[in-house]
Amino acid sequence: MKFPIYLDNHATTAVDPRVVQAMLPYFTEFFGNAASRNHAFGWGAEEGVEKARKQIADLIGANSKEIIFTSGATESNNLAIKGVAQMYAEKGNHIITAATEHKAVLDTCKHLEKDGFRVTYLPVKGDGSVDLDMLREAITDKTILVSIMYANNEIGLIQPVAEIGKICKEKGVLFHTDGVQAVGKIPVNVIADNIDLMSITAHKLYGPKGVGALYVRRKNPRVQLTAQMDGGGHERGMRSGTLNVPGIVGLGEACAIAQREMPAEMARHRALRDRLHAKLATIEESYVNGGMEHRLPHNLNMSFAYVEGESLLMGINDIAVSSGSACTSATLEPSYVLKALGLGDDLAHTSIRFGIGRFTTEEEIDYVANKMIEVVEKLRELSPLWEMFKDGVDLSKVEWVAH
Amino acid sequence: MAYSDKVLDHYNHPRNVGALDKKDPNVGTGMVGAPECGDVMKLQIKVNPDTGVIEDAKFKTFGCGSAIASSSLATEWLKGKSVDQALAIKNTDIVTELALPPVKIHCSVLAEDAIKAAIDDYKTKSSATAQVGASA
Ligand SMILES: Cc1ncc(COP(=O)(O)O)c(C=O)c1O
Repeated sequence: MKFPIYLDNHATTAVDPRVVQAMLPYFTEFFGNAASRNHAFGWGAEEGVEKARKQIADLIGANSKEIIFTSGATESNNLAIKGVAQMYAEKGNHIITAATEHKAVLDTCKHLEKDGFRVTYLPVKGDGSVDLDMLREAITDKTILVSIMYANNEIGLIQPVAEIGKICKEKGVLFHTDGVQAVGKIPVNVIADNIDLMSITAHKLYGPKGVGALYVRRKNPRVQLTAQMDGGGHERGMRSGTLNVPGIVGLGEACAIAQREMPAEMARHRALRDRLHAKLATIEESYVNGGMEHRLPHNLNMSFAYVEGESLLMGINDIAVSSGSACTSATLEPSYVLKALGLGDDLAHTSIRFGIGRFTTEEEIDYVANKMIEVVEKLRELSPLWEMFKDGVDLSKVEWVAH
Repeated sequence: MAYSDKVLDHYNHPRNVGALDKKDPNVGTGMVGAPECGDVMKLQIKVNPDTGVIEDAKFKTFGCGSAIASSSLATEWLKGKSVDQALAIKNTDIVTELALPPVKIHCSVLAEDAIKAAIDDYKTKSSATAQVGASA
């Protein structure tokens, strides 16, 4: 086994060596500007870009012409939401999103609120999914866009996207989804799901960082966007800037590999995840955050009561995971996603997110499980809360001297 | 974030973990923090009633590594000190000793609060027993 063990694949993934191989010629041999129409260097680059466009489109059931390249999902989310808001401002000023979205969506919406748009932040149910009736009721004749992520980056919850798409279509409202955690991991089809816009980033599916895409529907309806940067009018005028050809080729190859290997990879990830879950569930007072039913096969998020997350991470410092506890400021803010599920701050502070990936082995999973069990036990020896719990004290009734 | 060697040492080998008998009149218990804030420290001292010297100190902490280290260090410092000397321990001493970064200063503040709370508790208890003794 090689240390540290990487189990933080929702944060980013290693680039697949096959992706690196596909990219290499585009740094040196085919280094041209894809917009150079009058010589072979440009054509070579353009060929690579168009192949990638097709590979991405194929993975999500789209047409090549509907893929706009960006610098990543933060940009794609900004372009989709601001671009729609500005383009359709005459039609309405209301946007609907959910409380558990990524900051790239939430902060974009907050920005639009300052510009006079009205935003509804839907609460979520205990498993993290939005309530479809609430969504239906929230849509008004002023609503122009619904933005709900495909799968959540902390708890792996897969939203009822097809149902959301159907509701939006019925009501004539555009539907954007942040597809970052889902595309390449589980089957996603923009036609079946009635998705109008979808954000993708390469670095979450074994491609390079700093390159992504936005799917923009061209038919039924034809979606238009206000560009967010002025320039040469690349990408059908929606996103100016010389294309990152090697990055785009890498994103394309990553999508092609994901499409080929998805059934086997999903089964393998699920088996590893379930193995980890089964072992960690033997720890007393451990809880899964979010539901297990509609969950990405490579995600597990658990709380280990009475053990603070950051101290847990310190004890497993040969394992790379992340915690929903952020003890980095005077006001300790636990994860807003976990809080939106209704989790108390105390349990949110004890949460750990595991993200299994293409290069995770069973041996690593067993090591991680054993180490977790050992460290949780050690820290509970140290925990006054564990001592009180064992003495039968009801912690919710204690008057804490908060600072 | 990288932890200092001293924080790591206290985290890996915490000193004086455990509990003293709360009911013992010579034991003072301080518990500060709250679970929803991400840290709770319980610190206990046992004072020799004749000499006024802290003979034993124990802690348990729910919190990040720096919180664990701050309370572990506090128990080390408390042992052998008089109650008055113990009251002079400042959170900044802990920050310096453990090389805590600015975002972890609240851990040292909590440790100082825990020391004060334990001493308060001891003083309340011992003056109560003194009164009981006087009236008997
Ligand atoms: C759900 C989700 N959306 C958006 C992003 C941002 O993507 P990028 O890093 O490509 O800007 C991330 C990754 O951090 C994410 O997990």
